[in-house]
Amino acid sequence: MSGSRPMAEPDDTGRFGEFGGRFVPESLMPACLELEAAFTRAWADPAFHAEYEDLLRTYGGRPSPLTEAKNLSARLGVRVLLKREELNHTGSHKINNVIGQALLTRHMGKQRVIAETGAGQHGVATATAAAYFGLDCTVYMGEVDTQRQELNVFRMELLGAEVIPVTSGSRTLKDAINEALRDWVASVETTHYCIGSVMGPHPYPWMVRELQRIVGEEARAQCDDLLGGVPDYVVACVGGGSNAAGIFAGFDDTPAKLVGVQPEGGAAIGHGQPGVVHGHRSMLLQDEFGQVAEAHSISAGLDYPGVGPEHSYLAQIGRATYPWVNDDEVLEAFQLLSRTEGIIPALESAHAIAWVVREAGRALPAGSTVLVNLSGRGDKDVAQVREILARTTAR
Amino acid sequence: MRIEAALRAARDSGRKLLVPYLTGGLSDDWVASLLAVAAAGADAVEIGIPFSDPVMDGPVIQAASSAALDRGATPVSILDDVSGADCDVPLVVMTYANIVHRAGARRFAGSLAAAGIDGAIIPDLPLEEQEPWAPAAADAGIENIMLVAPVTPDDRLARIVEQSRGWVYAVGLMGVTGERITLAASAGVLGRRVKAMTDKPVLIGVGISTPEQAVEAAASCDGVIVGSALVRILLDGGGPEAAAAFVGSLRSALDEAY
Repeated sequence: MSGSRPMAEPDDTGRFGEFGGRFVPESLMPACLELEAAFTRAWADPAFHAEYEDLLRTYGGRPSPLTEAKNLSARLGVRVLLKREELNHTGSHKINNVIGQALLTRHMGKQRVIAETGAGQHGVATATAAAYFGLDCTVYMGEVDTQRQELNVFRMELLGAEVIPVTSGSRTLKDAINEALRDWVASVETTHYCIGSVMGPHPYPWMVRELQRIVGEEARAQCDDLLGGVPDYVVACVGGGSNAAGIFAGFDDTPAKLVGVQPEGGAAIGHGQPGVVHGHRSMLLQDEFGQVAEAHSISAGLDYPGVGPEHSYLAQIGRATYPWVNDDEVLEAFQLLSRTEGIIPALESAHAIAWVVREAGRALPAGSTVLVNLSGRGDKDVAQVREILARTTAR
Repeated sequence: MRIEAALRAARDSGRKLLVPYLTGGLSDDWVASLLAVAAAGADAVEIGIPFSDPVMDGPVIQAASSAALDRGATPVSILDDVSGADCDVPLVVMTYANIVHRAGARRFAGSLAAAGIDGAIIPDLPLEEQEPWAPAAADAGIENIMLVAPVTPDDRLARIVEQSRGWVYAVGLMGVTGERITLAASAGVLGRRVKAMTDKPVLIGVGISTPEQAVEAAASCDGVIVGSALVRILLDGGGPEAAAAFVGSLRSALDEAY
């Protein structure tokens, strides 16, 4: 399979195979077409790349290192390499995407950005880029998430953003997206919707993957230096799936096996059926009539009933697999990585670690080399985990 | 062609068109409310099939949608309720793409036709995503009503107007459904743009909630769609009589003004 690129550009309708598309009201279609043209032009322009990459280096802290997790490797019997996206400015891979979209916002002459956020990582990253570029910023966040991620709300406010708690539906990420879309329908002429993952109407799933591709390309070069080749497995957590899409894009034309780890309570690939919501067609947790189901995950960033359309496509063609792990396994992995490597992972990223821990010596043969995208740091989660662990011990 | 024919005939008789919207399955007597508003001077009635994630809808219709879903309303139960009703104006459903997608376009269109529904509005299926819905609707005899927005450029407007069946739905403002204090200036501008382009009935909806706003909006087009203001009355516990009284007030205002 070496040489073929399963993660190519979508077709003219914005589809990866049968997934993707542009399922938005007419009020938003001109903006989607404008954004597609603006991104296509920018992405073919060396000057745009130079500005984007320079900002990621001098402001975002790239390149992020590749760390050999020697203690964890010794314990598991597989060789674990960590792509340290949690060391980026704002603590996750999200900055890669928002820097690119903030540049585009300026190119399109818009003065305001809006964003949805689950755990707060994308909201913080968007608020950061807005502060840097002098843009007005409104972030929609489910009320449940504003409670479990209180500090991130304050961070966004410090950065000058307005945070609007969303009280409809399940009050989590899905509803934050609905509310951001409703804002955008009314504000589209002056406002860019900075979507945080590889989802939404075309061109977002493609554009966000391209803006995250830098993770995979760096990791590919770093693995080449360290291993003289590619790892056997590339593993990342998947909610919408932007960090996974970014790292997979560096390895889609190699023999490396690609593994996207979902939360058990939000495993759209496996437990869902094809559906249309938030602007795209992809696998979706829903009932027999098409009402979208609520996801359940310990991690606010993965608490989402859908998944980016390109992941549904990669699953369908067999290029990537999408297993799931449960909340208990995630809590174990969160603590294990902290103790063995001195790295506190985000609860989202701990899903990827949890799968490696569970499958080492099983699905992952002993002696394999495994690259894990450590997409975010866990500082934001320590209060929540402390509370959960205290409850568990008391029981 | 039942909707377009009925609306053309009414328009050509010199009347401004009025299409109320109500959420299906909102209460036990929702079909009585449907029949009452139909008899109070509606030219067609829109029935909302509730969806869990209605991104084109503001707070009132969101609340009605979740209330109906909490009562156990489903697309099947709503169509069952309607199919027994004896309504003498055309009926249209308004719902979201995933409801159609989950059932399958052909099956969904067939179930509408079997329930006596004449048309459908699916706001999150833009021009680019009309397949497979539009042909399935056409084959089942369901008129596929499409939307245009204030930001729609002329070339797109022409293509949408050409493909729309029943009427052309002009979204009066940039925003979601809901009541506004004044009619948006964008409503009249868009109404006139679309009227200049087609002989099909042109109705303005979104942001029209009072008799005065209905009269003002109808000046630039053939008629109006009123949703949130009616649904609020029903949500507040108003029954068929209150619903009919409100729709009657819209009807009289339009008849007196034109």
